[in-house]
Amino acid sequence: MSARLRWRKFVSNFMLTMTGICAVVSVAILFLILGYLLVNGGRSINWAFFTQLPRPVGEVGGGMANAIVGSAKLLLAASLIGVPVGFLGGVYLAEFSGPKVASVVRYAADLLNGVPSIVIGIFAYSIAVLPFKQFSTLAGAFALGLMMIPITLRSTEEFLAAVPRMLREGAMALGASKWKTIKTVIVPAAYRGILTAILLALARVAGETAPLLFTALGNLFWSRGWGQPTASLPVMIYTYAQSPYEDWHRQAWAAGLVLLGLILIINILARTILSRGIAVPRS
Amino acid sequence: MQASPNSGLSVNIAATAGAAAVKENAAALPMRMTISKLNFFYGSKQILFDINMGIADKRVTALIGPSGCGKSTLLRVLNRMYETVASSRLDGEVLLDQQNILAQDVTALRRRVGMVFQRPNPFPKSIFENIAYGPRINGFKGTIAEVVEQSLRHAALWEEVKDHLHKSAYELSGGQQQRLCIARALAVEPEVLLLDEPCSALDPISTAKIEELLVELKSLTTIAIVTHNMQQAARVSDFTAFLLTGQMIEFNPTPHLFTTPSDPRTEAYITGRFG
Repeated sequence: MSARLRWRKFVSNFMLTMTGICAVVSVAILFLILGYLLVNGGRSINWAFFTQLPRPVGEVGGGMANAIVGSAKLLLAASLIGVPVGFLGGVYLAEFSGPKVASVVRYAADLLNGVPSIVIGIFAYSIAVLPFKQFSTLAGAFALGLMMIPITLRSTEEFLAAVPRMLREGAMALGASKWKTIKTVIVPAAYRGILTAILLALARVAGETAPLLFTALGNLFWSRGWGQPTASLPVMIYTYAQSPYEDWHRQAWAAGLVLLGLILIINILARTILSRGIAVPRS
Repeated sequence: MQASPNSGLSVNIAATAGAAAVKENAAALPMRMTISKLNFFYGSKQILFDINMGIADKRVTALIGPSGCGKSTLLRVLNRMYETVASSRLDGEVLLDQQNILAQDVTALRRRVGMVFQRPNPFPKSIFENIAYGPRINGFKGTIAEVVEQSLRHAALWEEVKDHLHKSAYELSGGQQQRLCIARALAVEPEVLLLDEPCSALDPISTAKIEELLVELKSLTTIAIVTHNMQQAARVSDFTAFLLTGQMIEFNPTPHLFTTPSDPRTEAYITGRFG
């Protein structure tokens, strides 16, 4: 075998090994995090974690029921803000706007998607907290809702654009107006993809901490309403993990595990939705 | 049997293969649609040049010609489907029952002039919902199940699907899907049914079924069909228009056009010298 050929073989094998190692590393990191969370969180998670309020420092036990409910409220309100705007905007982009407007809006949405979440937080703080001199659940939901808009908008647009032209023509040939075609054929043909994207957007903001720090703030007790500060899982993790108390560290791990579990459930839900119903065959 | 050259519509229909000639004066037939002096453009490109023809009531009219001759465009003018493409422009006159189609509400026009496309395009819904779609969006009041059954029977699909109407339309074969699309179009009782190469994606057996169906549907509605398949035009149609590079070369009763074409270019095309 010539030296040149041997060198080529070496390079080929070397690159194969390197790519393989990197692939394994990326999977390994996920499992490492999962394992860490399972071991540490699993030890401190118990029924009380889901049903009780946090206890004062020094008292062992307690739970984060208020943070779980708080996160759920935040996500619900965030969806009510982000999904309609993102969805209808996406419909406009895919179905009504000209290519020029579409590219501007698309670009803006991508930029908004890239705005650091802490900046979204400051913005929400100055818009929804300062004028009312009050940290609130709604302000936190506003910040998270803003983050959901670009993801929902872009994926709605993409899934609508992927609906075959011949389906549109089929509906229009039967005398459907443009809006009726969108409502009765195009959106139904794309809804599973859109719903999946919305769920993934939800999973993404479920773990956001920065936008909540100075909007929803945090709360060691039950939040007394939408206009009041609320606890949330990510902020709880942030506060508890920083504390010097061993018991609080364990609680933070448990909260991390619950949060990850929540995101996992959302992901599985998204996949289940995708695999059901009548799909338009690819051709 | 006399064939008059360059005749528009007043020609004889001759039964093929020397059978007794059935005389039918096309001019005496009522026209469901009339196209006169139609010119059509995409942007600055002219696609159709000065087209004049009629679509005879309760007959099958075929449009044939090589790829790119404008036959599909001509068909898409009839239900204004061309409007989905920006920068298209049309002058001339197209009448449906003596009314200008451009003066009508486009959704109302498309309800009256149905269309079946090249590839079957059922909606991602059940068989039942596919048929029910048209009547529903057009505000049908009555028993929708009856319309569904009747339409499927007209499309010769009822016996095959009656036991699984609520299955996905995509579980049907390609030929069944195309008949489903025909049934879907029939459900709104169109006065004219346009078919744009409806068999080009189908196997010969499915094609034969659809051809048989078209002949039966004549009693129900008026049909215009674009086909790249000359034999198909000869089998199913009463009148045939031959188009070449956007011009109407010949428009005659089908047996006449295929046995004694008036134009040498028609003869060259149907004998396979080009196209």
